[in-house]
This record gives sequence, structure tokens and C-alpha cells, in this order.
Amino acid sequence: MASASTAVGNRSQLVTWLLRLVVVGYLFMLVAWPTSLIVRNAFADGLEGMRTALSDPDVTHALWLTLRVSVIAVLINLVFGVGMSLLLVRYDFPGKRFLSAMIDLTLAVSPVVVGLALVLVYNPRYGWLGEGLHERGIDIVFATPGIVMATCFVVLPLIVREVVPVLEELGDEQEQAARSLGANGRQTFWRITLPGIRWAIVYGVVLSLARALGEFGAVKIVAGRSIGDMETATLLVQREYQNFHEDVAYSVSLLLVVASVLCLIVVAILRPHEGSHPEIIKEKK
Amino acid sequence: MRRSTRPRALTPGATLGLGIGVLWFSLLVLIPLSAVIVEASGGGWETYRSALTNPQTLNALKLTVGVSVLTTALNMVMGTVIAWVLVRDRFWGKRVLDLLIDIPFAMPTIVAGLVLLSLYGSQGPLGTEVENTRKAVFLAIAFVTLPFIVRTVQPVLEEMETDVEDAAASLGASRFTIVRRVVLPTLVPAIFAGAALSFARGISEYGSLVLLSGNLPNRTEVTSYRMASLLEGGNRPAAAALATIMLIVALLAIVVLDVTQRRLARRG
Repeated sequence: MASASTAVGNRSQLVTWLLRLVVVGYLFMLVAWPTSLIVRNAFADGLEGMRTALSDPDVTHALWLTLRVSVIAVLINLVFGVGMSLLLVRYDFPGKRFLSAMIDLTLAVSPVVVGLALVLVYNPRYGWLGEGLHERGIDIVFATPGIVMATCFVVLPLIVREVVPVLEELGDEQEQAARSLGANGRQTFWRITLPGIRWAIVYGVVLSLARALGEFGAVKIVAGRSIGDMETATLLVQREYQNFHEDVAYSVSLLLVVASVLCLIVVAILRPHEGSHPEIIKEKK
Repeated sequence: MRRSTRPRALTPGATLGLGIGVLWFSLLVLIPLSAVIVEASGGGWETYRSALTNPQTLNALKLTVGVSVLTTALNMVMGTVIAWVLVRDRFWGKRVLDLLIDIPFAMPTIVAGLVLLSLYGSQGPLGTEVENTRKAVFLAIAFVTLPFIVRTVQPVLEEMETDVEDAAASLGASRFTIVRRVVLPTLVPAIFAGAALSFARGISEYGSLVLLSGNLPNRTEVTSYRMASLLEGGNRPAAAALATIMLIVALLAIVVLDVTQRRLARRG
């Protein structure tokens, strides 16, 4: 960490204070104040609002669906993300750069485009693959698998982007050493590779989870107009707010905000560990 | 420092893994995105022409790109200043500020709209009635794109040594000159990389605007919303054409910002 520059003179003390004021003011007006209001609004009539919301079967169903979908999507992405990172960093194959670029590109795709793209392929009536699957009794879009896929799409790059740089930094000398000492692929992965990248994985998983719990646009398109069964927590917030049940909307929003802020705190606590990992320190010195 | 030795050729196990990974990636991303492009190209250029000459679509596109450019410009200034304060300044509560930066990234977009509405809406304590105005679109996009430039500039500032700045100062350079000639050139690549992400996110924003901007056609409707309503109305080719245009705009922005950054870096 860079220490405060000695170039800072007395006159620039004023500039320092001015910048500090601008930053604190900006973040207070844009983030802190609005976010704190959600807490006030959710508890406007004490705990009553929260109790009403949680006793509503629609709300519990939506929260449960959101949790289930998010966990499944994050688990799928965990396997995909770690496997793909290993392949991209440790192996050579044709089309590698294209694959890597496409994974990065998914970050720039609008949630609505994600929804649209999945609907075009998996719609049971006109989808490229949806029609055939529908004949075999499998529905993707306008059903839970579609919501899982939409969520998988939006979280796709998050784990790869965390793990790839760490794998590159670690190098593969230790892995080669383990292999030359007779360890098989599985042993090398669990004992050597995984401990080196575990914080990057945890960080990626937590980010993915926060993103998955809050996905709205893509899920809205693939859930279609079917209300009820396919309604996730974020869709419920929209419907309840537009139906003037603001107390329910605020209560569910608060739960979502608490979940996402908890994810952030976990990440903030984990971050320093990443740097203090012995292998990485050795590499840097 | 990159230490990795030469990547190996695929082993049978790795080939199997790659096969499964690519299959999943194709089913999830490649085939669906190609379907968008094919759907849009089904009617040839006519689909694009009619999508781009539809006044409502055109207005949505203008608003979205315009607001994204403005918020990205704002972020290039504010994001750099915030990163500077977070790295170089020391004061009580700085870690809380650091946490605040990530909130827009982690907060569900629909909730972001609700949150901004409760402060800046007509029922809020400020009495500003932003709902259903273009100010609401600006506010929402400024909120969701806040983290990008801060988070790309911050690590570069942390790595940067202050000795060059000290040397410049001892040679009599003013603080303004130091920032302009020493600090900013180092930060330019990070600022532009963050700007590309911020712009791409801005033009694709949807969730936070649903409750906030009212999505009035020709006034506050953004492209994502326009696309969703075209799809709901059954006009799939038009929705797909708009989606393709947005993908191209996002890619163009990334390329333009990358080229600008390289040019600035070369000039030094």
C-alpha cells in the first residue's frame, strides 16, 4: 500500500479535505441514504409489515424458489467455472482464445437479451431445441429449468474471472512436482491446485450468489407471464409494488438487500486472506 | 508476474471435461446468442431498417446511448476521484465507503429502483419528483454503474509508487502538474477499461428502471424495456434486431475505448 505522498504540502490539505467531502457526499446521496431508507420503510409499522409478508404463501414460495434456483445455478457455475479456468490456463487447445473471449463477452450482454436468446432456442412452440424437448415432455422456458439457465448465464463469467488470474500467478511448478512424485490427476487437484485457488473460488461463489439472488430481467423474460409458480423474489417485489402492496415489496426488498450486503461483508473479510496466501507472497518476492 | 510454464496438450480426462464444458457453454450461450442474430437476419436488412426507423425504438436507443455516455463521463471523473480518496487518503470510516461502492453491484436491480424511488421519488424526504422523468433514468444508471471505474482504478493506484511524484514535486512541479503528467497517464488504461464496462452496463440496464422511470414511450423508455415489450407483443424479429444492435453498440464501445486508451498511452 502506498503511503501518503510527501508531495502533499499545507496548501493541498485543503484539496484533500475537498476531495474527501465530495466523495463522502456523493456516496451518501447516491448509495448510503437511499439504501438506509429501505430499512426505515420496511419497518414503518414495526415488525408488522415483515410478519405479514412472511406469512404470505406467495412470499415464502418466491423466496424459496429464488434460494433454490440460486444455489443450483451457483453450483453448476462452480463446476463449470473451476473446470474451465483450469482448462484455459493449464492446457492448449484450438479455439481457446475464442472461448475465453466469449466468456468475457457474456458480461456485456443485457439481461433482457439473455432472456430473449433463451426463449428463442427453448420456447416449446417455436424454439430451435424447445420444440423437440417439449415433445419429449421437457420444458425449459416458462418453467424452473429456464430460470436456472437464465441465472447460470448472468453469473457465468464471475468465477472464471476470479480463478484464472490466480491460477496464472501460481504457475504449475508445484503441480508438476507432485505429478513427478507419482500423484495422479485427482490427488494433484485436491492437494495442490485447490488450496492455491480456494479463496478466489469462494470470492467468485459469493459474488455469483449475490448476483443470482437478485437477477430480474433475464428471469422475467424466461418466466413469461405465468404468475405464481415461476415468481422469484425480485419478480414478486415488482408485482407487489405495482399492486400498491408497498409494505410487502419493502419487506422482501429488505431481505434481498440484507442477503446481498452479507455477501459483500463475507467478501470484504475474505479479501485480505487472498494476498496473505503463502504461495502468492513467495511468487511476488 | 506471470510464472506459468507452457500449457500442456490435452489429456483424455481434460478432453472429456472440455467437451462437457463446451457443450454446456454452447447450450447456454453460443446457440441462444446465434439464435438472436439468425432471428434478426431472417428478414435481411429490412428487419434492421424497420427497427431503426421506428420512431419509438429510435427514441429509446437515443435516450439509452445518450444517458450511458453521460453517466460514463460522470463515472470517469467521480470514479477516479473516489478511487484516489480510497487509496491515498486516510480517515475514519473509509472501510465503510469501500463497502458502499460494491452495494450497487450486489443489490438486486429491482430493489435499486425501489431504493432510489424512496429517496428521490415524490414520497421521499427531499420532495424531488424524479419518477417518470429522464432524470430518473440518469440516476438509476449512475447508481448501477458506480463500482466499475472505482474498482478498475483502485488496484492500479495501490500498486503505484509515490517516488516519481515525490521526485516531480522536489523538482518544483505543482500538484496539478503532478496529477496531470504523472498520475493520470498511469491511470488512463484502467479508467478506460472501467469506462467500457460502465457503458456496456449502462446501455443494457433494465431492472432498476422498471419501477423508477415509468417507461413512457418516446420519453423515458430505454432499449431493454422496448425490447421486452416488442417480445411480449410477439414481434420477435424486431426484438432480436434491437438486441443485435445493442450487442454491436456494446462491442463498438469496448473497441473504441480500447483504441483511445492505446492512443493516449502511446502519447504518454
